[in-house]
Amino acid sequence: MASTEIARQAGEGARAVPLAGHVGFDSMPDQLVNKSVNHGFCFNILCVGETGLGKSTLMDTLFNTKFEGEPTQHNQPGVTLKSNTYELQESNVRLKLTVVNTVGFGDQINKEDSYKSIVEFIDAQFEAYLQEELKIKRTLHSYHDTRIHACLYFIAPTGHSLKSLDLVTMKKLDSKVNIIPIVAKSDAISKSELAKFKIKITSELVSNGVQIYQFPTDDESVAEINSTMNSHLPFAVVGSTEEVKIGNKMVKARQYPWGTVQVENENHCDFVKLREMLIRVNMEDLREQTHTRHYELYRRCKLEEMGFKDTDPDSKPFSLQETYEAKRNEFMGELQKKEEEMRQMFVQRVKEKEAELKEAEKELHEKFDRLKKLHQDEKKKLEEKKKSLDDELNTFKQKKMAAELLLTQAQQAGGSTTLKRDKERKNFF
Amino acid sequence: IGNPVVGCGGSTLLGYIGIDTIIEQMRKKTMKTGFEFNIMVVGHSGLGKSTLVNTLFKSQVSRKSAGWARDEKIPKTVEIKSVSHVIEEGGVKMKLTVVDTPGFGDQINNDNCWEPISKYINEQFEKFLKEEVNITRKKRIPDTRVHCCIYFISPTGHTLRQLDMEFMKRLSHSVNIIPVIAKADTMTIEERQEFKQRVRKELEMSGIEFYPQKEFDDDMEDKSDNDKIRETMPFAVVGSDKEYQVNNKRVLGRKTAWGIVEVENPNHCEFAQLRDFLIRSHLQDLKEVTHNIHYETYRAKRLNDNGGLHPISTNGTHDSNL
Repeated sequence: MASTEIARQAGEGARAVPLAGHVGFDSMPDQLVNKSVNHGFCFNILCVGETGLGKSTLMDTLFNTKFEGEPTQHNQPGVTLKSNTYELQESNVRLKLTVVNTVGFGDQINKEDSYKSIVEFIDAQFEAYLQEELKIKRTLHSYHDTRIHACLYFIAPTGHSLKSLDLVTMKKLDSKVNIIPIVAKSDAISKSELAKFKIKITSELVSNGVQIYQFPTDDESVAEINSTMNSHLPFAVVGSTEEVKIGNKMVKARQYPWGTVQVENENHCDFVKLREMLIRVNMEDLREQTHTRHYELYRRCKLEEMGFKDTDPDSKPFSLQETYEAKRNEFMGELQKKEEEMRQMFVQRVKEKEAELKEAEKELHEKFDRLKKLHQDEKKKLEEKKKSLDDELNTFKQKKMAAELLLTQAQQAGGSTTLKRDKERKNFF
Repeated sequence: IGNPVVGCGGSTLLGYIGIDTIIEQMRKKTMKTGFEFNIMVVGHSGLGKSTLVNTLFKSQVSRKSAGWARDEKIPKTVEIKSVSHVIEEGGVKMKLTVVDTPGFGDQINNDNCWEPISKYINEQFEKFLKEEVNITRKKRIPDTRVHCCIYFISPTGHTLRQLDMEFMKRLSHSVNIIPVIAKADTMTIEERQEFKQRVRKELEMSGIEFYPQKEFDDDMEDKSDNDKIRETMPFAVVGSDKEYQVNNKRVLGRKTAWGIVEVENPNHCEFAQLRDFLIRSHLQDLKEVTHNIHYETYRAKRLNDNGGLHPISTNGTHDSNL
């Protein structure tokens, strides 16, 4: 049994003791796997290579499916990265597969900055994870990991040597991502040329110090196959989603007038090897390397860049902790300032509104007063008129009464008045 | 093996790819690295804590067997003593650490006797946090955090004691507590059922949640499985490291004048249920709840408290400090 980390730790004060019967913790790996299956897996592949090298076709072939998307034009002004996420399922395994393509790579006249957008993209995924990891309230458990687990570098099948663009790009990427170089459209090269090409590529990579991904050889069960495969790198692949009838089977192939290149025939190309290595044997290791090596390196560099240090164990000032505090105090200060500003503004607005309301109130009062006065004036006029009318009425009444009185008096002294008048009349005559 | 299934995103699978091999890859990886598990036992002395742990893991893993004399004096304050062993089964290696808490509940005045325990639990969180915050981190941070705390309830048959309630109330938010009724062979089956019901009711009324906590059920299936377990808890257990012959079989048991109490006989006590629950089905979940919930709670509090300022908001978006 290969010595495990736990066994090593056994030396650190933990004795090994025998079990007197079946306990049942041998189901631990199953428990863990079940949880992972329930949770789902994610795998992110980055395809780097010039336009027209068959990147999309290869992805389609690898995953036995037709991913969306049309072939890109050759006139992109710069390199952009386009990523697509797909949910695949096989038996009870759910895989969230993200395929990132470099659009426009190698199309420009000046390719000096081509690698930059790729590096930025990879870093951005690391950064996103780092940010999540540094949050106070974080949900790493359900975080959708977008970090690139494998980078397939497509080499054009020139048969000569690596282009300088390839060398430069791979050199920039080798410390950030697991690079698996492949010779694309390898049906363009003859077998003997291919062998020479592979040797040339490998030696150029070595002499330029490019670290490509090595399939792990520490686990006995896969050590043999992995080390064999390591010697076949870079894989010479052919991709095709079209099927051709060979014998009595339908196989994925490319049909030429002089023969048919079968994708899954190991004599024709290394497609099967690539699939075996990438998916069926080392997918988990690719994920682990990304997390424990590339991500840790990014994290360390980023934090050191920001001025953190792991000082000696004694005076562990918990520097990250202190910066949390400092940053947080700063943030709180900002927040308080903003709050204060908002409050001031609010108070101001309230004051203004109050003044407005007061104005309106004053106006209303004035209007009211005016109207009241008008009303009073009117009332007064009316009263006066009424009074004068009353007076008239009174006068009239008085006159009427006087007249009636005179009339009754006259009627009493009735005839006397008339007599008197008659006498006066007689006297007159 | 491969069922062609339509995936989302407009892709249709037309044959076997080999994605499901990741299960095997993952299993191999975990077998290689091995596991750690840390279990704490709390209860006053004489309740059979060490015996139970030894019975659970079918080996001498608790402190009592590591050269500790049975008539050692009960300490005046609660002490925390941990001992680690490596056990292997079916190719799976596990580093098991048993944390004992002698002195708990044994004094006349047991005020705050949970504090050393709480302090120990938080210290393990702190250790892990310090490692996690390093610039250069270890490939695998050693995990000493307490994944599970078995709390031993005295088989009085009446109700929970105040100390039981206090302890569980205070610690249920920083560690997974699994309450068990110790020395259950002093109660009849009916007495046990009644006692259990009363205990569950008391805990529910005080808002104390033992493991498995309702709020962490993943999905409906989980919930229904866990509901069944919650209805049976606290498990009434009997522990023993002695074997006797019963019906031509060697069984673990306790011999009394009136018969042999078989530990692994589900008609006699619920030990087997506890073992299956703790080890065979929920071992990984105990670790995950500890890591994803209890540890995260500690970490968030720790990173916030240091300024004495209150957390800004309950969602995470404003809390990033870098």
